[in-house]
Amino acid sequence: MNPIVKLVAQRVALSLLLLLMISVLIFVGTMILPGDVAQSILGQSATPEALANLRAELGLNDPPLTRYFQWLFGALQGDLGTALTSGQDITAAIGSRLSNTLFLAFWAAVVAVPLAIFLGLLAVRYKDRWPDKLISAVTLASISIPEFLIGYVLMYLIAVKLRWFPSVAMINDGMNLWQKLNSIALPVAVLTLVVLAHMMRMTRAAILNVMQSAYIETAELKGLSSFKIIWRHAFPNSVSPIVNVVMLNLAYLVVGVVVIEVVFVYPGMGQYLVDHVSKRDVPVVQACGLIFAAVYIGLNMIADIVSILSNPRLRHPK
Amino acid sequence: MNDQLKHLALEAALGRMSRREFLGRAAALGVTALGANSLLASAAKAQGAQKGGTLKVGLQGGSTTDSLDPALATNQVALSVIRLWGEPLVELGEDGGLVGMVAESFEASADAKTWTFKLRSGLTFSNGQSVTAEDVVATMERHSGEDTKSGALGIMRSITSIKAEGDTVVFELENANADLPYLLTDYHLVIQPGGGKDAPDAAIGTGPYILKSVDMGVRFVAEKNPNYWGDLGNAETIEYVVINDNTARVAALQAGQVDMIDRVPPRTAKLVDRAPNITVHSTSGPGHYVFIAHCNADPFSNNDVRMALKYGINRQDMVDKILNGYGSVGNDSPINSSYPLFVEAEQREYDPDKAKFHMQKSGYEGSILLRTSDNSFPGAPDAAALFQQSCAEAGINLEIKREPNDGYWSEVWNVQPFCTSYWGGRPTQDQMFTTAYLSTADWNDTKFNNEQFDQLLIAARGELDEAKRTQMYADMSTIVRDEGGLICPMFNDFVDATSDRIDGWKDGVKGHALMNAYAPLKMWVKA
Repeated sequence: MNPIVKLVAQRVALSLLLLLMISVLIFVGTMILPGDVAQSILGQSATPEALANLRAELGLNDPPLTRYFQWLFGALQGDLGTALTSGQDITAAIGSRLSNTLFLAFWAAVVAVPLAIFLGLLAVRYKDRWPDKLISAVTLASISIPEFLIGYVLMYLIAVKLRWFPSVAMINDGMNLWQKLNSIALPVAVLTLVVLAHMMRMTRAAILNVMQSAYIETAELKGLSSFKIIWRHAFPNSVSPIVNVVMLNLAYLVVGVVVIEVVFVYPGMGQYLVDHVSKRDVPVVQACGLIFAAVYIGLNMIADIVSILSNPRLRHPK
Repeated sequence: MNDQLKHLALEAALGRMSRREFLGRAAALGVTALGANSLLASAAKAQGAQKGGTLKVGLQGGSTTDSLDPALATNQVALSVIRLWGEPLVELGEDGGLVGMVAESFEASADAKTWTFKLRSGLTFSNGQSVTAEDVVATMERHSGEDTKSGALGIMRSITSIKAEGDTVVFELENANADLPYLLTDYHLVIQPGGGKDAPDAAIGTGPYILKSVDMGVRFVAEKNPNYWGDLGNAETIEYVVINDNTARVAALQAGQVDMIDRVPPRTAKLVDRAPNITVHSTSGPGHYVFIAHCNADPFSNNDVRMALKYGINRQDMVDKILNGYGSVGNDSPINSSYPLFVEAEQREYDPDKAKFHMQKSGYEGSILLRTSDNSFPGAPDAAALFQQSCAEAGINLEIKREPNDGYWSEVWNVQPFCTSYWGGRPTQDQMFTTAYLSTADWNDTKFNNEQFDQLLIAARGELDEAKRTQMYADMSTIVRDEGGLICPMFNDFVDATSDRIDGWKDGVKGHALMNAYAPLKMWVKA
């Protein structure tokens, strides 16, 4: 069997195992949340009979193990259950929220990833000169400021004062792609500023590491231009750490943007999750948790596979 | 319509004649107060109101877990959505009087135990079905059934039977209640086809708009109902956007993305008002921020301890610092001038000496634990700190415990003996007292138990002589003020804001925020 296929298969299997373990954690975690689910649904007016009825209806009287496997098999078949608060099918409700979140994450990534890598390359090219220092200063400043503050500042300057883009990033099905992009311009800008520094610094560090190697000196002696050396010789050999940090940031763009969603009123997964946590809507919380975990694990798996493929030593083991 | 009457209405609308004078003259022409009031409202609107356009509103308080079922509505967003598609039997007028909606008129029997509502003829629901008296009865039944989760249940309890008789609906009450029509203005009680028993969240009613797009906790779009019976509703399309973040909501208004917002934070309201294209509107209402002590728990079971705390609070200071002036001082009673039969009582002032005196008289020497959280009312932890300082001057040691927002309403409020909280207020004294001060009330959050108070409350309901009722309510306010567990430092104003793209705001409308949530319907987009 081809060793690469074997390696990739191993990674995928490991990821699935990890996801299974996390599903246990999510299930146990939501079980030990304080407060009884039935009690929190019925609120103040709960009578003992109503509580008993609701518990039976929700299957809260079954042993936890049975409930876990019922939930897991449901989830495997794409059935995440129904929300306790609204009685709606969770899969359908999450579908539109998830696609909104992915839409925002996708466009933020389209802007942020090439920009970060380009700035990283530029910083290496002008190492320790003013472009390097300026890039580092600006990106580090933007990562150090809380994202909601950057959001407010951009909102004030660009939406309220200049009126270039809307402050409320609300998208709906009736909009065409251009209108949607116009509407999410500000959150994309904020997210870009937030994730830029991490990726840029990692690119810079990884390439600088490679720049010490003997073959770079050879390339220099051949008379190649310094940008060509960085792009053709150094960058391919530092892809692995860069891909890792890019994937981590992509995962953040999907699962960690609830603050941005609130500030820009974007109808994504984060707000959906928070609303349901505060109402103790456990099936929704479990479903969101599982999806978020799957995104994290999936992206990290891709990072692993890309680093394997990009490393000749791993590609051609002796 | 009578030409003379039309002329009178216009005179009154232009302010050349007082409302009372108009009503008197209209009565002389044989028009009931109800008809005259709605006439006045339509005349006021006729001058300048423009139809058409899209009006966008940014609202606070919605969540993705909300439902369209009016019985489950709890926040300003849900209320505003109900206003679009549904109507109750009667509604509060802008001056606090009553206006007929689904019901054209109503009358009470002499003992105020039987009320007859005559339905407007020819009304249809937005699905084309005619409105019948049976629909009204079914609606009321749904909100009063054994297993209902309706927020209006408390109101419905006193009703023993509801019957449909032709085009009238007859309510029989257990005890007399002169306020019944006011109770029926409750926003949960919108009339639905078949009472909404089959499809509670279908959002089909008799309202001026029809919901076109619904995304819970995110966005609602409604278009004018072409078959609406009245002239309510100016914009062709109304769009609600849920913006829970204060800064984002204000920015959306400033950036021109919405034309109107509710809940401008008092701290920045003056700043927002300075923008040339924005007007901030402050409306005094019945809502109040409170410290509540359980009258049955130590040390608050001793009235001297409660009095000491009431004298130990600096009310004006709180209005200035917590509400930034957008409010008025409270007087330890839940009733203020926004209620119809209000009588001014002597204002209780901050008096450290009296506080010290009462504390010593009570014999209690320990410290007092006050629980608070950010969501009990805006600025609650700061208000608690101010209370602590003003008490310290009277030698009373107040300890503050900060509780998490999550679970505050289930674990702390109505459970712990002393905490911060808020009340939204109710349209009538009877309703406010019945909800929270009657000894048997579900939400009696001060555990107040006063026999004389309970008797007065029941007696006042059947008292049709207005002067006597006014006196009864004044007496009840005094009892709560001097013996209750309510420490009420301030009544908060509703602070809303509109842009200059729209017009038609009216100051001082009673009820909820945004002109009793009718501002999106009654205001219009300037051409």
